[in-house]
Amino acid sequence: MKFLRKYMDKIKPHFEPGGKLEKLQSVYDGMETFLFTPNTTAGPRGVHVHDGNDLKRTMITVIVALLPALFMGMYNIGYQHYLAIGQLAETGGWTIFLYGLLAMLPVIVVSYVVGLGIEFIGAQIHHKEIQEGFLVTGLLIPMIVPINTPLWMTAVATAFAVVFAKEVFGGTGMNIFNVALITRAVLFFGYPSKMSGDAAFVKVDDTFGIGGGSLTDTFSGATPLGQVATNVGDSLTLHDIAGNTIGTWDAFMGFIAGSPGETSTLAILVGAVILLVTGVASWRVMCSVFVGGLAMASLVHAFPSTTYAASLLSPCDQLCLGGFAFAAVFMATDPVTGARTHIGQYIYGFLIGVFTILIRTFNGGYPEGAMLAILLMNAFAPLIDHCVVSFNIKRRLARAKQ
Amino acid sequence: MATIKLKKGFDLPLEGQVAADAQPVKVAVPSTVAIVPDDFTGITPRMDVHAGDTVQAGQVLYHDKNHESVKVTSPVSGVVKEVRRGERRKILAVIIEPNGEQRVTFDTKRNPLELLLESGLWVMLRQRPYDVVPNPDVRPRDIVVTAFDSAPLARRLYKLDAEQARRAEVAVKALSGMTDGKVYIGVAPDQDINVNGAEVNVFDGPHPAGNAGVQLANIKPVNKGETVWTLSLDTLLRIGGLLTTGTVDYRTTVAITGPLCGEPRVADAVIGTPIADLLGDVDTNSRIISGNVLTGVQVSAEEWLRAPYSQLTVIAEIADRDEFMGWAALKPSRYSIYRLFTTWLAGKRNKPVALDARIKGGERAIVRLDEYDNMLPMDIYAEFLIKAIIARDIEKMEQLGVYEIAPEDFALAEYADTSKLELQRIVREGLDYLRAEME
Repeated sequence: MKFLRKYMDKIKPHFEPGGKLEKLQSVYDGMETFLFTPNTTAGPRGVHVHDGNDLKRTMITVIVALLPALFMGMYNIGYQHYLAIGQLAETGGWTIFLYGLLAMLPVIVVSYVVGLGIEFIGAQIHHKEIQEGFLVTGLLIPMIVPINTPLWMTAVATAFAVVFAKEVFGGTGMNIFNVALITRAVLFFGYPSKMSGDAAFVKVDDTFGIGGGSLTDTFSGATPLGQVATNVGDSLTLHDIAGNTIGTWDAFMGFIAGSPGETSTLAILVGAVILLVTGVASWRVMCSVFVGGLAMASLVHAFPSTTYAASLLSPCDQLCLGGFAFAAVFMATDPVTGARTHIGQYIYGFLIGVFTILIRTFNGGYPEGAMLAILLMNAFAPLIDHCVVSFNIKRRLARAKQ
Repeated sequence: MATIKLKKGFDLPLEGQVAADAQPVKVAVPSTVAIVPDDFTGITPRMDVHAGDTVQAGQVLYHDKNHESVKVTSPVSGVVKEVRRGERRKILAVIIEPNGEQRVTFDTKRNPLELLLESGLWVMLRQRPYDVVPNPDVRPRDIVVTAFDSAPLARRLYKLDAEQARRAEVAVKALSGMTDGKVYIGVAPDQDINVNGAEVNVFDGPHPAGNAGVQLANIKPVNKGETVWTLSLDTLLRIGGLLTTGTVDYRTTVAITGPLCGEPRVADAVIGTPIADLLGDVDTNSRIISGNVLTGVQVSAEEWLRAPYSQLTVIAEIADRDEFMGWAALKPSRYSIYRLFTTWLAGKRNKPVALDARIKGGERAIVRLDEYDNMLPMDIYAEFLIKAIIARDIEKMEQLGVYEIAPEDFALAEYADTSKLELQRIVREGLDYLRAEME
């Protein structure tokens, strides 16, 4: 890698103050630290050796954990598309995947370009290093935004979220709300007609010339949870977009309509294993979200009501459908916006699970509750921590009085 | 004798461990010896001697501006060569050219507290709160003696010989008279040390189990308004020596350790010996640390062994210049205690490693969970305390236990920190701020 080092050294003067590209200095520094471990060493006092881990490694590990869900999501976009146009049987697996890949690529590019662009500008204004937080956020956004969302909307929402949910609070590590979920919330409340209903979740047009065709007669693009929200009557049967009945297994594998990253519970669980084995995510939060969700889903299922059709779903279905698993594994475990004390993490996770199912079941306006539940608990996380820490403080004061 | 098990923390495995049975090699009296005032935190020096003055071993070099009775004494007899000053006339070092063997003999019948102050051994003690040299006007609640250093590559005494045991007992007896509470001695499970008159506790766990603050937190934590003195076993033995012979033993055994130290060995040298005399030639790409890699001070070969440390560690400054995409490394030799790297898969997390001084990442806001708490076996929310210290929120600091901690307690957390914050500096500055506000 000598030539790369030489090249970086050669272009370096341009980016230093006074150089013709000085406005891009933080970009250059970002590139340099990305390519080469900085040669900066510890000061004369304090710790002289440091662990090999840094935030870059941490964030990349999260991205690796996201990849199974991303690839399954891409495949499923193609799968749903060919199912919609009735050509599933005669289309090969690679074509299906390629269709999904090409459909998602523009969203990923838009998300990263807009988000990282703002981060670069912010870093340059404040003369700080570029922080890695958006590496993960930038991939989360395409995975939780419905595939048919117009790109400009994604761009606007991403920009809004990065500026007002993160940069104004001080950047990575300082934000109160999960940036990716704020992006989705902006889309959800700003452009509700594009975010739900039949047309949002299944891409029916061709992508870059692949997958042209006309819709089958039985097509209906409603997601399973969308169907639940509009269900009338005593019984509840879920259908895929071609009208066939689907069960828990289809939902677990991920061959249902939904936001790209959220459909395959299996792929999400693979990611969960990566996060837990590497110790990046808190098992306390992750497990308690599932426990909370299971508890609340069992409760509502024990008292089924046709007014609230989601109560007819079995607890297992509740966990496999919609964004529950994705939220539990990748969203609730964001350490920055969640509770940071151990006891706090149990409470925080449990309540996310409970509120997700609660909103799903009893609020007809929102078929999915995970996003709102996490944003709500983000707001409460500091309070939970405050209460937990106050026990430690009380213990210390009591000790002093003895 | 109670055994206290500590789970949190980590024994960082470094190459260059000195053998347990290594015999100290005596280093001749060097051409210069120096005392560095920075080593005695909390003292503002006022010089008692000037360049050209003749001093005896044990004679006062300077005293504390705020407490005239707190004195720092010369480790050798000789002539003061230079009082080296830096910016704003801050005293950087008092350099002495040794000659002769004159030493001050103290009257062992005097009050032990006065004897400690007069002989200069006082400045080897530290107090909680603030981790500074104790205020002689305050009677401590308890006194804690740490019998082992759990830091990487530190050497420990496994057994006291008859003379050492006698000195320890004398010292404990004297210290008991200075407190209304107890004298605690914290030992490691592999140490066979018991001293009459002291309460001995065994601390079974990884570093920082040997830290006074950690031991104290697990026996009887320091509350607001209380003062506890802490000292090492070396200092205890020196106090015993002073009380039995009337003179101070300024020699110390120095463990010379680390991946680049050559052959790990033990030297018997006087405090303040030049590094070059101890180390000989070292690689130009090496970093010499007086102390251990976690809490030590970087020194050059032209400087001197700093008084509070009985260890020298030599590591590489930069082992791998311009390492290509180090953050993406899959090789197990990229050492990390976390499971994000393959070190743990290859089973090398506890195998000796040659770490260098690179920070290996940029400074970031605190993101990852539990990194500080996992390295601090105390009933303290470390991260919340650090944030309170950064915010200079005195009420919060007090509530979260700032009086129980010292910078060294956060050293391991600083090593393990993904966000690469300088925790020890943050804590030191916070404690200094607090002390200035409270006194």
